[in-house]
Amino acid sequence: MMSLRYTLICCVTSMLFFASCKDKPKLPIYGQREATTVKHPDGTTSVDTVYQTIPAFSFLNQDSTLINNDTFKDKIYIADFFFTTCPSICPIMHRNMKTIYDDYLENPDVMFLSHTIDYKYDKPSVLKKYAEKLGVDGKKWEFAYGAKDVVYKLAETSYLVAVNEDSAVKGGYVHQGWLVLIDKDKRIRGAYDGTNDESVAQLKKDIPVLLAEYKK
Amino acid sequence: MYYTNGRDIYIKHCQNCHGAKGEGLAALTPALTDTLFLKNNKHQLACYIKNGLKGEIQVHGKTYNDIMPDNNTMADIDIAQLIVFITNAHGNKQGMYTPAQVAADLADCK
Repeated sequence: MMSLRYTLICCVTSMLFFASCKDKPKLPIYGQREATTVKHPDGTTSVDTVYQTIPAFSFLNQDSTLINNDTFKDKIYIADFFFTTCPSICPIMHRNMKTIYDDYLENPDVMFLSHTIDYKYDKPSVLKKYAEKLGVDGKKWEFAYGAKDVVYKLAETSYLVAVNEDSAVKGGYVHQGWLVLIDKDKRIRGAYDGTNDESVAQLKKDIPVLLAEYKK
Repeated sequence: MYYTNGRDIYIKHCQNCHGAKGEGLAALTPALTDTLFLKNNKHQLACYIKNGLKGEIQVHGKTYNDIMPDNNTMADIDIAQLIVFITNAHGNKQGMYTPAQVAADLADCK
């Protein structure tokens, strides 16, 4: 009799305790934003912030299948820009991305999108060989091939990653090594230096934080 | 001295593909821990470093067939130091290598 009441009190107390603990840390939202005035049905207005989102895109992936933003519907994903013959930063970026890929292999809510900036050489079949050699199989990590102006514009304006052709540089292309974290609403929630261990460690910490936002 | 200088060169020029522990990267980049491969190809190493490498090779029993970029501005002494590092780090232990040996190897690249 006594122990039952005791258990009940303990249960209620801990429930109350956890209910009050609702301040979960959230990742910031990056990119261009604008304030828009929203009119509510009761006549009042309030100001809302609208953030830039990744616009509709359509590319061929490593299986020569068309992928677009719907491929990533209801997923969070990590995007980057690379090319398969890159002698400098791409190997480290993908070495690090691969460890994240392995960590989340069983989680269907996390995907990866690598865009090639070598539109001359990195055709889908080349991307496929690269993916296989990296040890990536299936639909979780998409390698996208698209026209130069489309990919470069997307990189610079939407993902905020600088990309350029440069014949003076080994490899022929320059680009930044950002791993960009995108949420289910296609907003940028983080940019991490894929060549830097600490930055990658932070990304690994931030992914569960972002995933938790969708748990109700 | 050769070893530590070689290590600095490795970190600067090689580590991004071949890894901090010489482990390579999946099936894209071979590891540098196959001591037998290093020993059997000892006189080609300078050529690989300087001119890059194309074509099929076998490392740790796995086939690799990609392109290794060249380092064609690297001086013989740096190549020698790099070889000393690579062949004595990550579990290898193959002793000294001189710039003179590098020069001889480079005269004979296939």
